[in-house]
Amino acid sequence: MLIKNPKSSELKESAVTCEKVYRDRRALLKHMGFLGAGALLTSATKAHAGIFDLFGKEKRTVFSTEPLSYSQNAYSKNAFSNETILNNTISNNIDSKQVLTPEAKVISHNNFYEFGAKKQQPAELSQNFKVKPWQLTISGEVEKPITLDVDDLFNHFDLEERIYRLRCVEAWSMVIPWIGFPLAKLLKKASPNSRAKYVAFETLYDPKQMPGQASRRLGGGISYPYVEGLRIDEAMNPLTLMSVGLYGKTLPPQNGAPIRLVVPWKYGFKSIKSIVGIKLVEKKPPTTWNLLASNEYGFYANVNPQVDHPRWSQASERRITTGGLFARNRIQTLPFNGYSEQVADMYKNMNLRKFF
Amino acid sequence: MAMASLFIKVPTKYKIFILKSLIHFFALLPLINLYYLAVNDNLGADPVEAVIHFTGIGAFNLLLLTLAVSPLAKRFKFGYFMNVRRLLGLYAFAYALCHLFNFVAFDLQFNFNLLVDEIIKRPYITIGLTAFILLTALAVTSVNKIRRRMGKSWQKLHNLNYLIILLVAVHFYWSVKSEIIEPGIYILITLFLLLFRVKFKQFRVHKNKSSSIKNVGNGH
Repeated sequence: MLIKNPKSSELKESAVTCEKVYRDRRALLKHMGFLGAGALLTSATKAHAGIFDLFGKEKRTVFSTEPLSYSQNAYSKNAFSNETILNNTISNNIDSKQVLTPEAKVISHNNFYEFGAKKQQPAELSQNFKVKPWQLTISGEVEKPITLDVDDLFNHFDLEERIYRLRCVEAWSMVIPWIGFPLAKLLKKASPNSRAKYVAFETLYDPKQMPGQASRRLGGGISYPYVEGLRIDEAMNPLTLMSVGLYGKTLPPQNGAPIRLVVPWKYGFKSIKSIVGIKLVEKKPPTTWNLLASNEYGFYANVNPQVDHPRWSQASERRITTGGLFARNRIQTLPFNGYSEQVADMYKNMNLRKFF
Repeated sequence: MAMASLFIKVPTKYKIFILKSLIHFFALLPLINLYYLAVNDNLGADPVEAVIHFTGIGAFNLLLLTLAVSPLAKRFKFGYFMNVRRLLGLYAFAYALCHLFNFVAFDLQFNFNLLVDEIIKRPYITIGLTAFILLTALAVTSVNKIRRRMGKSWQKLHNLNYLIILLVAVHFYWSVKSEIIEPGIYILITLFLLLFRVKFKQFRVHKNKSSSIKNVGNGH
């Protein structure tokens, strides 16, 4: 009898069902631009006009990603399947079936304001991004400061695949097979000292390469460089991942090449992209969205269906998978995005309404 | 130039026909195209967000166009422009209806508890819904028969259009995460068109007093 043992690589094959979306992307963006530019007020729909290049020639370089070798991680698999499915009026089918978000959607629907604040813009405007050379420094309250170049990111640590839910603060979510290594491994290499209470992260600041940093209109009005932070115990949690790839390949720029953070129990904006600096610090570091609107975005930003965003509910979310307009994809949001078992202990004496 | 002078000679009823055809073409076709792409999952990663934004901004654009009709008609003496204003208004209503339907059907997926919750708790949704209800009243009373029966109160009711567009501007501004430039441009255009209205009204009152000419093109 033939017993098939599916490998991680086979998983991704089965999930890529939406290549059509990816291939047709240019065409459909044009269709969208058609109304924006043609039908109505052109001056007010500049963003559409930008992609309405019906008469322009298609010349588009695509950032080339490379295949990675990695191992499937048992822990992350457990973390995914251990979740409790709630009994509720909203369908939880999608979540219980663990449907991956198709790769084409993962790499074309991004919040990465450095390359434009609209969802499709990062994929459009980032393809010439250079990840070589790259330097990531780990400094601050450490015994041994480290500087890693781009090759070190892929060679210094064993890479593993982790299938995580990503819950955006805007109440949509994806399921993504990341590739990377635990942040804890990296930090331990630098030997944090006893004053290291928090970890501060910083994205590359390069307005020449990142048009959103050069233009307020594109960049959505947040301040740059983008900064984020974690408490040291959060940073050391085994779930916290430094990701260098997804779907078996290195990260494309729109997803945060060459290296990004993935903190699956927090809202997506905590998972900072294209990191150049990690600094261990004694005091709670500033974080970008909190600086912009502290009543809407907290430092912790743990996924919490009980605590709404001031302008919308966080009780449920729409899971982005395959299926068009009629996909019944609204599901209940889980506390800590379904990772309570691994992380809830860190917050047991905290008022999560206050520290949202 | 020859083309332009030719067009001036076209009888008004044909001009209206051409203008209305253009409006149908540019308002209806993109809507059909939008839903065709969205149903087939060809509208980006999140077709739900895409159709909500598209119809929302479309409704706003069309409302601004209806507001621009009478100043344009007066400025360039294109009287026949006034004949397409209702069509534009009705398309604005149709887009707004699609916008609301998209939100309820595809985003909330008919979870009515959540809908009621959102309407009560979220000011920008409350404002958006208020604007929609008012716009519905205008759309319903746009039928000639009802208009005639309403007499003078019809104009009073339809002056609510100014309130509606302000509500829509606030709804848009309030709904975005951090970008303020695009909603800002919209608010400026809205205020600009409303300002026109104020000026015209003052001008008209003045004129009426001095020469008691009967006001013909009542400014919406």
